[in-house]
Amino acid sequence: MDFINDHKKLFLTAFALFAFLTIMVAIIPAIQNQNNNSTLPGAESLSEDALAGKAVYLSNGCVACHTQQVRNVAMDEVWGSRPSLAADYAGNKRTDFWRNTATLMGTERTGPDLTNIGNRQPSVDWHLLHLYQPRSVVAQSIMPAYPWLFETKSKLEKGDVEIKVPEGFSDSDGNKIVATKEALQLVAYLKALKQAKLYDENLAPDFLYRKEPELSDASSGEKKDKALNGKALYSMQCQTCHQLNGEGLKGAFPPLKGSPVVLDDNPEKLIDIIMNGYDAREEYGVMPAVGKNGNLKPEEISAIINHERSSWGNNARKVSPEEVKKIIESLK
Amino acid sequence: MKIPIPQKSTTNHRKKLLISVLTLIFGFSPFLLFGQTVNSNTGIFSQPGVIITIVLLLIPLLSALALVVIKIERIRKNLRYKKDIDEAGRFSNYLKSLSSEQINELNKRQESLDYKLTNIELTGSLPAKDDKGLLSNVNENANIRFITEKKRGLNRPGIDPAHSKLIIWYMITATFWLLFGTSVGEYVGIKFVAPDIDHYSWLSFGRLRPVHTNAVFWGWSSLGMLGLAYYVVPRVSNVPLASLKIGWWSLWLINASVVLGSLALMAGINNGGGEYREYIWPIQLLFAIALIITLINFIKTVARRNTKEIYVSNWYIIASIIFTITITVVAYVPAWQNGMGETIVQGYYMHQGVGMWFMLLTLGLVYYFLPQQLNKPIYSYSLGILAFWSQIFFYTLIGTHHFVFSAIPWSLQTVAIVGSAGMIIPVVSGTTNFVMTFKGSWNKVSGSYTLPFFIVGIIFYFTGSLQGTAEAFRYTNLVWHFTDFTTAHSHITMYGIIAFFLWGGIYAVLPRLTGQEPPQVAVGIHFWMAFIGLMFYSIPLMIGGTLKGMMWMDGQPFIDSVVLMAPYWLWRAIGGTLMWASHLFFAYNMYKMIVSRDVININASAIEKLSIGDSELVNLQDDGKQEPQ
Repeated sequence: MDFINDHKKLFLTAFALFAFLTIMVAIIPAIQNQNNNSTLPGAESLSEDALAGKAVYLSNGCVACHTQQVRNVAMDEVWGSRPSLAADYAGNKRTDFWRNTATLMGTERTGPDLTNIGNRQPSVDWHLLHLYQPRSVVAQSIMPAYPWLFETKSKLEKGDVEIKVPEGFSDSDGNKIVATKEALQLVAYLKALKQAKLYDENLAPDFLYRKEPELSDASSGEKKDKALNGKALYSMQCQTCHQLNGEGLKGAFPPLKGSPVVLDDNPEKLIDIIMNGYDAREEYGVMPAVGKNGNLKPEEISAIINHERSSWGNNARKVSPEEVKKIIESLK
Repeated sequence: MKIPIPQKSTTNHRKKLLISVLTLIFGFSPFLLFGQTVNSNTGIFSQPGVIITIVLLLIPLLSALALVVIKIERIRKNLRYKKDIDEAGRFSNYLKSLSSEQINELNKRQESLDYKLTNIELTGSLPAKDDKGLLSNVNENANIRFITEKKRGLNRPGIDPAHSKLIIWYMITATFWLLFGTSVGEYVGIKFVAPDIDHYSWLSFGRLRPVHTNAVFWGWSSLGMLGLAYYVVPRVSNVPLASLKIGWWSLWLINASVVLGSLALMAGINNGGGEYREYIWPIQLLFAIALIITLINFIKTVARRNTKEIYVSNWYIIASIIFTITITVVAYVPAWQNGMGETIVQGYYMHQGVGMWFMLLTLGLVYYFLPQQLNKPIYSYSLGILAFWSQIFFYTLIGTHHFVFSAIPWSLQTVAIVGSAGMIIPVVSGTTNFVMTFKGSWNKVSGSYTLPFFIVGIIFYFTGSLQGTAEAFRYTNLVWHFTDFTTAHSHITMYGIIAFFLWGGIYAVLPRLTGQEPPQVAVGIHFWMAFIGLMFYSIPLMIGGTLKGMMWMDGQPFIDSVVLMAPYWLWRAIGGTLMWASHLFFAYNMYKMIVSRDVININASAIEKLSIGDSELVNLQDDGKQEPQ
């Protein structure tokens, strides 16, 4: 073994092996994936504001806690309607002369995945308030607050976007809290994070490792499951604004507890608001069209409103999925 | 999947256990690699990945227990010692009561007992004539000088003071970045428990996190490793370093890169969110230049070596610098970074960063320091070489295992998982080599303040690396990916392996360069706080991470998993505080080893003066009794 005593031969061999493997497992796959994928036809490219918002997202290191990938495993179904595809990332190009591409897939989920946040949480007011002080909307959150994306002003100027901060988190001097351009851009970016529709939904890869429902007490367990569903659906769709206790946030999001709309014997208005959104009350933020955005089925809406109508002391009659279906059709 | 345990009840239990453990570790892995449709209804504790991790966890815990037992044994011996001293006092009192006659008698007896031959009865006191040169140049024909004699006085081993100074400054700056980087880490860890602790943009979590990781990577670990490499490379080549000037340049460049990088990250300027390549290219370029010139320096040194062979340490060290330059180029060249390309390169880069830079170079250092500290050769040179080539072969493949189930091609993910399983070969051969080197010398551990660091490093090298293999399986990815388990794993490896090995090396080298030893109590405190702190840091995160992953699999609301983690994050902060505090002791030890205490060693300085005056060395111990020839 002469070559192990010759430093040139030894290190050149080691380098050659390493370089060969590098080309095979990194460079060639990277180039192939870069060249063989393009954005989906349904995907919207980022607006100028959203692009600037992405830069704010980048520079504050949001990727440290938030992923942007829906894996093809059943547990990730809550983050998107289908697993992420290479095509979803194909639009990411080099940021600028100084900075590399940012696909922002992330490796830690200390906070929720944001692949589809634009659909899951479309309310601008919620996002602004949440950025200003996360714990004002989600009490248990450990996300950093970003007050430097906001200014305090004694008087509003034209074009200012004021955020409605609940009591206890508002400015101690009674000043108004106004979103800066960066904050609005960041929210524009978050709102733009939406999973594009596939031309043919069947082309999406399957979610693997799906839990099979337990067969044993299917008959008795069914009813229970539906009741549970209402609470779980509420926590996913409504809770961030209206809160777990249904009391909303004073000055930002209205309470559902004791709300005449929720308790009305005729659920038409309630279903209308859930499906199409609502912006009739100045003192509160805008309600997004949760039902439409999330493609909620009548059964799901029925479960949600039955949960709302029977919790926190609310007591109104149950609404069946069939009734909901009728109302939705009549609203169209 | 069943474990093939022999059915006969007469078989000896130990054999049974061994077979089942081996089957668990080796037998299961190939099935998992292709497990696309694994039945997910089986319990979590029957998953091989989980079982492997639990077994791996037990290893350091049991070792800690063994160390505690040794400590207690020592305390017992101390008590015994005190008892004996009391006994001696009583005996001397008795002796005082004796009459002078009795004492004379005893003294006479003592003299006759003490009588010994002087060994020069036959030769006389004339110095030996040495025509055959048997006594000088003893080591002339030795191949590799990797074993220095264990010396009590810790004399300089013939190292150029200018060279020592360079190494010492690497250590000083490394220590600074350790303190800085872990202070940031500690603060960031506290933010999990108290998110509203401050509201400054420069100190926000997302900006500080990469400051922490990059400072401990490129600042502490890299400078520490290079400092030790600047000692090892010329030493095992048996020649002086090719260029001290290049050494200083690379020191300046790396420090400049970490200073600028940290400031840029805090100001919100980063490269795009890929972990460990957060520094923008002009800043990382400084680091790359430092590596390139260091490589030239080391290769020149090796090229001039006086030994025929290239000692295995230099294989590891130089190869790791070559590979790191390569991965930096691959990571920063924009030609293949669009879309998914960025992610594939990211997976490759972040894993080669730890595997080819930190792990490979540190292993090279261990191949020098472990035999040196044990004062015996490495158990098997061939195992070291096997580990070297298999590490290159398998490690290079495993990068994308950070993106299992992502949009990366399924085949590439499978290659990464297979490569992760292949890592068993270099890890097991490396660990075997180190443990077998220790064999027969365990008694030295209690008398050394460096060896415990190496033992912890070896334990975590085995457990931490194999944990990485277990984490790469598809099922374990379901439970652990995206959770705090990953954070625990990275600390077990970067801290448990790299930092502990570096400390062992630094405590071994610095006293040789400065002639000053650290206070042993402070070294002990450093060791135990760092070790216990790491355990408090990582075990709660692993438990919490597992529960969190299972919660996600159950489809429970995300915020509930945040609430669940609260106590585990608190434990992590406590463990982190212990680790951080141990670094203060390390810094104090550095101070004690480096800053001169102004005590003059009369013998040493007399000899030094004489050699400066170009006069011949005189054997001072003969004390003028020397007779003229």
